[in-house]
Amino acid sequence: MEATRSYFFNDMGVMLGRSMRHVLRSLDTIITVCIMPIAFMLLFVYVFGGAIRAGTDNYVNYLLPGILLIAIASGIAYTSYRLFMDMQRGIFERFHSMPIARSAPLWGHVLTSLVSNGISVVVIILVALVMGFRSSAGVLSWLAVAGILALFTLALTWIAVIAGLSAKTVDGAGAFSYPLIFLPFISSAFVPTDTMPGPVRAFAENQPVTAIVEAIRALLSGQPVGNDIWVALAWCFAILIVAYLFAMRAYNRKAA
Amino acid sequence: MQNQAIQVNGLQKSYKKLHVLRGVDFAVEKGSIFALLGSNGAGKTTVVKILATLLKQDSGTANVNGFDVASKPDNVRRSISLTGQFAAVDEILTGRENLLMIARLRHVSDPRQVSDDLLRRFGLIDAADRAVATYSGGMRRRLDIAMSLVGNPKLIFLDEPTTGLDPEARLEVWKIVKALADGGTTVLLTTQYLEEAEQLADRIAILHEGKIIANGTLAELKRLFPPAKVEYVEKQPTLEEIFLAIVGKDKQEAK
Repeated sequence: MEATRSYFFNDMGVMLGRSMRHVLRSLDTIITVCIMPIAFMLLFVYVFGGAIRAGTDNYVNYLLPGILLIAIASGIAYTSYRLFMDMQRGIFERFHSMPIARSAPLWGHVLTSLVSNGISVVVIILVALVMGFRSSAGVLSWLAVAGILALFTLALTWIAVIAGLSAKTVDGAGAFSYPLIFLPFISSAFVPTDTMPGPVRAFAENQPVTAIVEAIRALLSGQPVGNDIWVALAWCFAILIVAYLFAMRAYNRKAA
Repeated sequence: MQNQAIQVNGLQKSYKKLHVLRGVDFAVEKGSIFALLGSNGAGKTTVVKILATLLKQDSGTANVNGFDVASKPDNVRRSISLTGQFAAVDEILTGRENLLMIARLRHVSDPRQVSDDLLRRFGLIDAADRAVATYSGGMRRRLDIAMSLVGNPKLIFLDEPTTGLDPEARLEVWKIVKALADGGTTVLLTTQYLEEAEQLADRIAILHEGKIIANGTLAELKRLFPPAKVEYVEKQPTLEEIFLAIVGKDKQEAK
């Protein structure tokens, strides 16, 4: 037992290296997690942007937080896919019959999700800079943004783990992410919520994405963040904890 | 007791209402090849999964290399290796990366050396830096077994190692298994091919409907049947012999 614990970080590092190779070697992962959100950004800024009245003179600034959340929501579907394939192909059985920490294979996937989503977020921000994104935020605000995004990624990743472990088919393993990708559209990510009809507006204003978007937007533009950041953090932590508990239960059932 | 790598007593396992194992008993001597023979659904894989600590039995005991599988799974895992029914290799990684990964997880002192040696031993050195997705079924199986040999486990489980392989690849796997046992490794293999058990195993146990219905050496099992009548049969080559002869000839001509 002691030996497996002292090797935990080594084992997790090996697992991280393995699935990062999976990410970097599959072209469609890179396309989905980077190019699709960038295409959305181009579309919204240069096609719809002129007609959208967001009450701001720099629409890229307004839009960027929502685009980042869409990128993360589509990125985590691959965690679920990779996990599902591992279960199918029997490589998890090999890992579990070896003297390594029980949860190392799972944490390898979770860390990969954090790292790869982190990379795609950075790439998207660089593209946004080219498109005219400007921020007056200081180092602390940027750190806060990074923290919120990391927390959001982790929360969604654990949901992806549940889906990956309990799916019966490959399609099922990825399908859960569609509603997550769609959530930013029914929020203040692209347009202010004021013009939405009553029930839609009520939903938009009270779902997690709006609070997270507003908090990130305020941090990046140097505005006071107010309550939004606490609401955003509460949502992220709540989703994270619930998803983690269910994911671990599913994992322990699969890997007795 | 000291001479036994595996002892199984009264093993029972049910999946919901399906009673898969109904009291399985057998023992495997150290350094021998033991074949668990049975048709599909007889419970062979379930036995292997319990012995490899992937499943918990409902009742009965199983002891592997001196450790109880239920209470000392970590000790068991350190002394065994499992080659499952489906080649458990990573298709996106190269053959070398697969071996390096397992070597690092087994914490061997020189992962590069260990993987190079295994690549050479299993004739995979030329394909070492290609993605496994491009490998043939036989190559995958060889890599799979090579991965199981990292760190020299004392006992190796081979769950249907030749299912889905072509005859040539099957003979290759047989050779590997024999070499393993010659080197002192204990091998427990499951198979549905009678010939495989006959060719490889020191002892054969027949698992049928969740119970061992026969267990012995090939000679002992043969004695269970009435003495053979002497008949004169014209010896015809089997299709397998023909196939191998033609394929082998082609190869020589190509050279």
